[in-house]
Amino acid sequence: MDLSDLYQEIILDHGKTPRNRREMSDHTHSAEGYNPLCGDQIKVWLKVEGDTVADASFSGNGCAISQASASMMTQAIKGQSLEKVEELFGLFRGAVTATEGTEGCDHDHEPTYDDSFGDERLGELSCLTGVRKYPNRIKCATLAWHAMHSALANELTASTE
Amino acid sequence: MSTTTLSSLKSEFPTLDQMVNGHPLAYLDNAATTQRPLAVLDAMDTFYRVDNANVHRGVHTLSMRASEKFELARHRVAKFVNAREDAEIIFTKGCTESINLVAGSWGRANLAVGDTVLVSTMEHHSNIVPWQMVCKEKGALTISIPVSGEGVLDLSVLRSLFTVHKVRLVCVKHVCNAIGTVNPVAEICRIAHEHGALVMVDGAQALAHEAVDVQAIGADFYAMSAHKVYGPMGVGALYGRRELLDAMPPYQTGGGMIQTVSIETSSFAPIPDKFEPGTPNVAGVIGFGAALEWARAIGIANFAATERALTASSSSRLADIPGLRLIGTAPDKAGIVSFVMEQAHPHDVGTILDSEGVAVRSGHHCCQPLMTHFGIPATTRASFAAYSTEEDVDALIRGINKVATIFG
Repeated sequence: MDLSDLYQEIILDHGKTPRNRREMSDHTHSAEGYNPLCGDQIKVWLKVEGDTVADASFSGNGCAISQASASMMTQAIKGQSLEKVEELFGLFRGAVTATEGTEGCDHDHEPTYDDSFGDERLGELSCLTGVRKYPNRIKCATLAWHAMHSALANELTASTE
Repeated sequence: MSTTTLSSLKSEFPTLDQMVNGHPLAYLDNAATTQRPLAVLDAMDTFYRVDNANVHRGVHTLSMRASEKFELARHRVAKFVNAREDAEIIFTKGCTESINLVAGSWGRANLAVGDTVLVSTMEHHSNIVPWQMVCKEKGALTISIPVSGEGVLDLSVLRSLFTVHKVRLVCVKHVCNAIGTVNPVAEICRIAHEHGALVMVDGAQALAHEAVDVQAIGADFYAMSAHKVYGPMGVGALYGRRELLDAMPPYQTGGGMIQTVSIETSSFAPIPDKFEPGTPNVAGVIGFGAALEWARAIGIANFAATERALTASSSSRLADIPGLRLIGTAPDKAGIVSFVMEQAHPHDVGTILDSEGVAVRSGHHCCQPLMTHFGIPATTRASFAAYSTEEDVDALIRGINKVATIFG
């Protein structure tokens, strides 16, 4: 198991000094994300103007993966159209949960991973896809994204369960 | 028996003999579940291969053999915790069901509007949520017993709670699964009984680490899980004093727990059958009995000595690591070391330790009120068993140093 897939420099950097980690008083949308597995709780704040996410931030504590993912997510969606944000959500969720050849219930074979998996539309976010090899850490990476998705859907809380 | 003799126990546990991520497994998640020795695996295998039949039903040889082994296991549990009689041991699917049994039966029959159930702040969710449910249903209150900064229950506050509340029951764990505190359960029972309250002791974490004597403790109810004491998962027991169990209504109903049944009405069997409807987990119960017999033969006192020595050495070695803070520093602790690191979240610590072959638990340990008390979301927990060694602690320290390197 090569830890460097998971703890890449850029992830450690965002984990240590998260960007956009602040509450937002003039937000239009917000929702909490909760991971019952570890008790981590983060809140995502969004300011939507027209059909654009004008500002995005998050608050709360968690592991390096969830903090880095939240940090990078806020950077990635700021200034994007709602349509683009929705597309990113789908792409990201797909990328961190996908294990090639294990769609369905093929438990007879060891999961194989396509290390070249990457979608240029994900940009920097693709460095988080190393989490695929650590099934019990995937929820750490998706926590902020689910919260953001719930916020836009005007739900108050999101659970990774 | 010396610690070195005990360390040879590892060879009796097939799961411990493996490489994990290129390192010999250092299994330090024993508070979540212990491994099982060959004696337990063989006992369960033999049941299915040789003796398999339903219990308490048939008059044929296999059924009688299965029933005999099943009841021998009950006898072993009763002996292990020094119950007055075998019938005071009810088999369940684990500690959680044992507590739910008391809440659903005793709680529903006895709690009323204005009554209070005291629950310690360090309780596992399994000794909190069942009481919240029944208290809500009955209009009773659940009130917490506070914990000190080092993780010790405040008995003076406990005493004062009796003067302001109509306390019917005190719920407390014998040993804390999150931070290792050994609670003074005998003293708590004395205090509760002086005020006419009963005590529900969650013994999940104690059985493998302490010699448990339910009569000396004075427990009214004592819940156990087999898998925390070298037995199989999905089976456990409830000890209850006969006069309480006799007076309690059934918790679940069905076959095997009745005396007579007509379409309109039924009468119930005496304990323990009254609380054991349906076909039980016979192989599991037999495995549970085998585990206790295995532990008894080696001696719980020997387990305790090994685990306390490892707790002390790992605590002092961990405390020397910059940025690491031990959570729970009670003077009396059993086999559990919990900590947080400034540099890294417990989940990251757990993943990095796993890459070194070290299995620990990171999370809230189903003790969210206790985590809230300490102002943290989670801890990393290393927990020892009879087969744990100083080499396991070495691997833990190596792993923690790796965390410090990665997260600088």
